[in-house]
Amino acid sequence: MHVDLYEKFWMWGAGAIIVVFLGTIGVATVSQGRLPPSHVETIDPATVRSDARFATPGVTTNDDGTVVVTVIAMLFAFQPNEIRVPANTPVTFRMTSTDVVHGFQIVGTNGNTMILPGYVSQFTTSFEPGEYLITCNEYCGLGHHMMAATLIVGEGT
Amino acid sequence: MIHNRRLATANIGVAVGAFGIATFMALMQSLSRASLDLPGRSAKMYYLSVTAHGVLMAIVFTTFFIMGLGVAFTTRALDRPLKWPKVAWAGFWIAVIGTAMTAWAILWGKASVLYTFYPPLQAHWAFYVGATLLVVGSWVWGAVVVATYLAWKRDNPGKPVPLVVYGILSTIIVWYLATIGVAAEMLFLLIPWSLGLTETVDPLLARMLFWFFGHPLVYFWLLPAYVVWYAVVPREAGGKLFSDPLARMVFALFIILSTPVGFHHQFMDPGISAGWKMAHTVTTFAILFPSFVTAFTVTASLEVAGRMRGATGLLDWIGKLPWGNPLVAAVLLSMLLFAIGGFGGAINAAFGMNSVVHNTAWIQGHFHLTVGSAVALTFMGVCYWLVPKLVDRDLELGLLAKWQPYLWFLGMMFFSISNHITGIMGMPRRVYEASYGGSEAAAQWEGLTLLSAGGGILLFLSASFFLLVMLGTVTAGRKAQQPALEFAEPLEGEPRKLLVFDKIWAWVVAAVILVALAYAYPLADHLSMETFGSRGFQPF
Repeated sequence: MHVDLYEKFWMWGAGAIIVVFLGTIGVATVSQGRLPPSHVETIDPATVRSDARFATPGVTTNDDGTVVVTVIAMLFAFQPNEIRVPANTPVTFRMTSTDVVHGFQIVGTNGNTMILPGYVSQFTTSFEPGEYLITCNEYCGLGHHMMAATLIVGEGT
Repeated sequence: MIHNRRLATANIGVAVGAFGIATFMALMQSLSRASLDLPGRSAKMYYLSVTAHGVLMAIVFTTFFIMGLGVAFTTRALDRPLKWPKVAWAGFWIAVIGTAMTAWAILWGKASVLYTFYPPLQAHWAFYVGATLLVVGSWVWGAVVVATYLAWKRDNPGKPVPLVVYGILSTIIVWYLATIGVAAEMLFLLIPWSLGLTETVDPLLARMLFWFFGHPLVYFWLLPAYVVWYAVVPREAGGKLFSDPLARMVFALFIILSTPVGFHHQFMDPGISAGWKMAHTVTTFAILFPSFVTAFTVTASLEVAGRMRGATGLLDWIGKLPWGNPLVAAVLLSMLLFAIGGFGGAINAAFGMNSVVHNTAWIQGHFHLTVGSAVALTFMGVCYWLVPKLVDRDLELGLLAKWQPYLWFLGMMFFSISNHITGIMGMPRRVYEASYGGSEAAAQWEGLTLLSAGGGILLFLSASFFLLVMLGTVTAGRKAQQPALEFAEPLEGEPRKLLVFDKIWAWVVAAVILVALAYAYPLADHLSMETFGSRGFQPF
C-alpha cells in the first residue's frame, strides 16, 4: 500500500497531537487528582425525604471546617434554593432527585453534575467570594427554565 | 445505472419532508431562547418543538436520507439491483409507520421527552414503539444492502469492493452495533414500562444503553457524508481521489472505534466510576485520528482538482474549485464548519473542560456544526446532485441552490459561535427562555442569544431555499435525461489487490471485542449493584 510522504507526516502529526491531548489529561488526573464527578451511591427515590442522608437538606459544617451541602432536586426547584457557604473552603455537594433527571450547574464555575433519581451525586470544590446562579441544565419538564437556585459565597478564612 | 430508483426517491422524500417540518420548529426555538415573543409561544410548545426538531432532524431525516443514498450508491457502484427489493420496500414501510407513530405522539403533546428521552420522563408508548419500528426498518434496509453486496462478491471473487460500497457497508456495521444499545433500552426497559407492564425503570441503566447507541449514531450520520467527500466530491470538483487505501483505512477504523466511547457523554453522571470514564476518554481521542486523515485526503483530492483545472501556485487551487456548484460548495463549507466542530469535540472529550460546558448552549453550538453542518449541509448538497438523477428532471431554481450553502454557512457561524460563547458563560441548553428571574449572570447572555436568533433566521431562510429547490425540481423540473452517476477515480487507478481493510469480517470481530471490553464489565458491575427504579413522570 502506497502512502504519500506528506500524508505520512500528517498522520504522525495527528497521532502526536492525540498523544499530547491524552497526556495532558493524564497528567492533570494523576498529579492534581482531577476527575469527573463519579460518586457511586444509590438511594430509593421514593423515600428520599425520610432517608437520614437527605432528611435535612442544607449546609452543615464539619468539625474540621469542611462544609457539606445536601440538596434535593425536584420538579422544578432545588431545596434549599439559597445556599450560603464560606469562601476558599472545600465544599462537598451531595445531591439526589425525588422525581426525574435534573442537572446542577454553578454558573461561572466548573461545578456541574447530573442528578439522577436513585443515585447520589457528589463533588467537592471551593469558591471565590460572590453570588452564583445555579441552574438545572438537564431538561426536566415545562418548568425546566425556572429551576434555579443561588449560591452565596461569603468572605471567610 | 442507479437501480431501485423509486425506493431511493421515496426514502429521500420522507427525509426532506421531515427536514421541512423540523426546520419550522427550529426557527421558533431560536427566537424563543432570545425571549422574542411570537404568537402562540408557550413553554409547552417550546419543549414539544425541541423534541420534534431533535427526533425529525437527528433520527428521521438522517436515517431516511442515508437509506436512500445507500440504495442509490450501492446499486450504481455494483451495477446491479437490490437483491430483495420487496423486502427493502417492506423495511421502508415499517420505518414510515414507526415514524408516523412517533410523530403523532410528539405533535399531540404526549411525548415531550426530547430526542434523548431519558427516563423517568415517560412518553406515550407509541413514541417508543414507533422509534423502535423506525430502527427495525433500517435494519431491514441494512440487511438488503449487505445481501446485495454478498451476491456481488460471489460473482466477483477476489475483487476489492468499490470504495463507495465499502463506506456504505461500514455505515451499516456501525449502525447494527450501535442499535443493540437502543434496542435493549426500548425492548427491556422503556416499552414494557410505558405500557404499564413494569412499574419502574433504572435511569442510569437506561442512560448507559442510550449512550452505547448515542455516540456511534454520530458516525452513522457522518460516514455517508464521508463517502460523499471521498467518492463523489473530488470528481464533481474536477479531480481525483488522492488515496483509495487510506479512505478504506478510515472507514475500517470507524468500524472498530465508533462504539466503545459512550461514557464521554456521561462524564458528569453519578454511578459510573472514574476509571471507566477514563478508558472511554482514550478511545474517544483515538477516534479523532480517522477524521484527521480524512481532512488530509479530501483536501489533497481537492488540490488535485484545482491543479487539473489549471492552478499552478501554492494556494490558487482553492480559487479554481467550482464554488458555484451547489454540491461542491455545500461540501467545502460543511468541511470548514466541521473543522471548528471537531476542535470543539476534542474539548468536550476532555472531562476537565467538559465540566464547564456540559449541558450548556455550547453543546447545541457544537452539534449544529457537526451533524447540523458536516452532515446536514453535505446531504443537502447531495440532493441537488442526486435528486435530478433519480427523477430524471433538471434542477429547478438553480440560483437558490447556488446561494443556499453560503447562507447556511453564514447562519451557522452566527448561531453556533454565539451558542459556544453563551455556553462557556454557563447558559443551559434547551431552555424556553433564559432570564432566570433577572439574574445578573443570565443578563450577560442577552446580546448573544439575539445573535443566535439572527443565525436561526438565516438558517431558516437557507432551509427554505433548499425545500423550494427540492419541491420545484420534483414537480416542475424539465424532464430530461441526466448525466450518469459517476464516482471519483483514485489518483493511482482502481485498486486491484485486496488489502487488510477488505477483510471486513475481521474488522467486525475486532469491533465486537472492543465493545465487549468497553462495556461488559461496567454493565455487569452496574447490574450486580443494588439499584432503585423510578416510576414514570409526565411533567409536560
